[in-house]
Amino acid sequence: MADQKTVVEPEAGVPYRRMMRPMEGRLVGGVAQGLAAQLKLDPVVIRLVFVLLSVVGGVGGVAYAVLWMITPREPYQGEPPARDWSQLAAFTAIGVALFAFGFLTGASRGGVGMLPFAIGGIGGLILWQQADPERRKHWVSGATRSIRKNRVRTLLGVMLVVAGGVGFLMVEGQLHEAGQGLLLTVVVVGGLAVIAAPWLAGLWKELQLERRERIRQEERAEVAAMVHDSVLHTLTLIQRVAHDQREVTRLARAQERDLRNWLYQPAQDADATLAAAVRRIAAEEEDAHGVPIEVVCVGDIGLDSGGRLAAMLKAGRQAMVNAAKYSESPSISVYAEVEGEEATIFVKDRGKGFDLDAVPVDRMGIRESIIGRMERHGGAARVRTEPGEGTEVMLTMKVEKQ
Amino acid sequence: MTRVLIVDDHRLFRSGVRAELGDSIEVVGEAEDVDSAVKAIAELRPDVVLLDVHMPGGGGQEVLRRVLGSGSQVCFLALSVSDAAEDVIGVIRGGARGYVTKNISGRELTDAIRRVADGDAVFSPRLAGFVLDAFASSEAPSIDPELDSLTQREREVLRLIARGYAYKEIAKELFISVKTVETHVSSVLRKLQLSNRHELSRWATARRLV
Repeated sequence: MADQKTVVEPEAGVPYRRMMRPMEGRLVGGVAQGLAAQLKLDPVVIRLVFVLLSVVGGVGGVAYAVLWMITPREPYQGEPPARDWSQLAAFTAIGVALFAFGFLTGASRGGVGMLPFAIGGIGGLILWQQADPERRKHWVSGATRSIRKNRVRTLLGVMLVVAGGVGFLMVEGQLHEAGQGLLLTVVVVGGLAVIAAPWLAGLWKELQLERRERIRQEERAEVAAMVHDSVLHTLTLIQRVAHDQREVTRLARAQERDLRNWLYQPAQDADATLAAAVRRIAAEEEDAHGVPIEVVCVGDIGLDSGGRLAAMLKAGRQAMVNAAKYSESPSISVYAEVEGEEATIFVKDRGKGFDLDAVPVDRMGIRESIIGRMERHGGAARVRTEPGEGTEVMLTMKVEKQ
Repeated sequence: MTRVLIVDDHRLFRSGVRAELGDSIEVVGEAEDVDSAVKAIAELRPDVVLLDVHMPGGGGQEVLRRVLGSGSQVCFLALSVSDAAEDVIGVIRGGARGYVTKNISGRELTDAIRRVADGDAVFSPRLAGFVLDAFASSEAPSIDPELDSLTQREREVLRLIARGYAYKEIAKELFISVKTVETHVSSVLRKLQLSNRHELSRWATARRLV
């Protein structure tokens, strides 16, 4: 008989637990025992119910099989204990006897009418059993609350259902043939839906979880790749050139810029807008010459097809190169602004400066690459410098307001 | 002698700043998180607090909220590696009187501390750029025209800061005194802190410009 030791009592503080199939004391699959533990009944009662239902239309067998499939086995250490074959034989004998009795008296034929109820009941049971305790509580309290809250509506609904049912029964006299089949179909489909619902819900939840996990893993992989490819690489390089302060600074700066872009900057196409292009050029020249270039951008505009802004950018690059190479300034400030119909770029250093008039005529850097280029494209360039005062190059270009 | 409290969760950085600050600055203490910072400010009563933006327990903005919320008059200078727009605008609107990035030189930091201690504002070129961008002309109607827009002079000053000019150079450029430059910058700070300008908050959160 039922071995009470094996029926694990629900732990204190956990009013509901998932139904399990215990290994110890099982007769077939442990379903009846599990169900008994869940419903706090004697397993014998459950077994008898199963036998009875199996005889009447075979529903018990189906229900048992379904429950066997969906209920997890209770974890059990060691060799699975042998079944109590004598008990099994006793229940089989009862079943066979009942079946014979039913067959002889014809009672089992009425069993088809029980099918919808049986399926519905099993479905509900499964739904209940699959749901987690929190949701069960929620269902119960939700249902009672909504009934209490909407008494009129509930009453109306019940009345409608009853009226509909009565009407259906009255008409059924005529639609007897079709009605029976339709009703059974509806019941079976409903039962299947009820059975499948928790499983589908569980599957969906699992899928979502898996997707979230995958996204997280991808993100982690991206961060790891970023840290590995750039940060670790740079740190290694810095250790190797530790004696060269300038190179160390350059490496650290480049890495810092990279990391900042990655952290804060929206993915930008460096060839699409003025601000993005100025940032890219400043980064390239900073890398090439090892002098920090601070960039501040206000407003922005798409690069024009006529190449006027491209010319301005080239002039700006030349100004940065000059400042980085000749000014001996510890840092360079670049300010790009688009306001109204004018784009402006300032390149300023605090270096040694020079006498503009004393620049030899054959030196093309400022005269041609900056001033000449800007003027050819309809813009203007102004250079302010004095020995010891640093240099500022100002480039302006008319743009079409966007 | 300006008395300074350094609030930063990186010990190395705190000792670095301590070493870099000139003789005219007295570091009276250090704090490494929000709680210890609030406590130290109440106990030590420094003139200026160097405040890190990112810290465990809510960051610089939480310190600002708790200290300034209790009616304290201490001045804050935000100091951070981040120059993301939402961080910069966030601490300024939280009540800091200036924002500088951590790669600032020791001499510049000393200047900035003295300026904040005198009740003036300290704008880095990047912060100036942010403000110009945020207050850029727009068709949206403003609630308070005085607070919600910059004067022509203020724009000029900010533009020069963004171009990398020091206050002294700005004064020379615009033929005004350094004190007037400081007045303009303080006025911009006040607008930045008090303006309900719709674009300002939206801009700071929507754009993750560096």
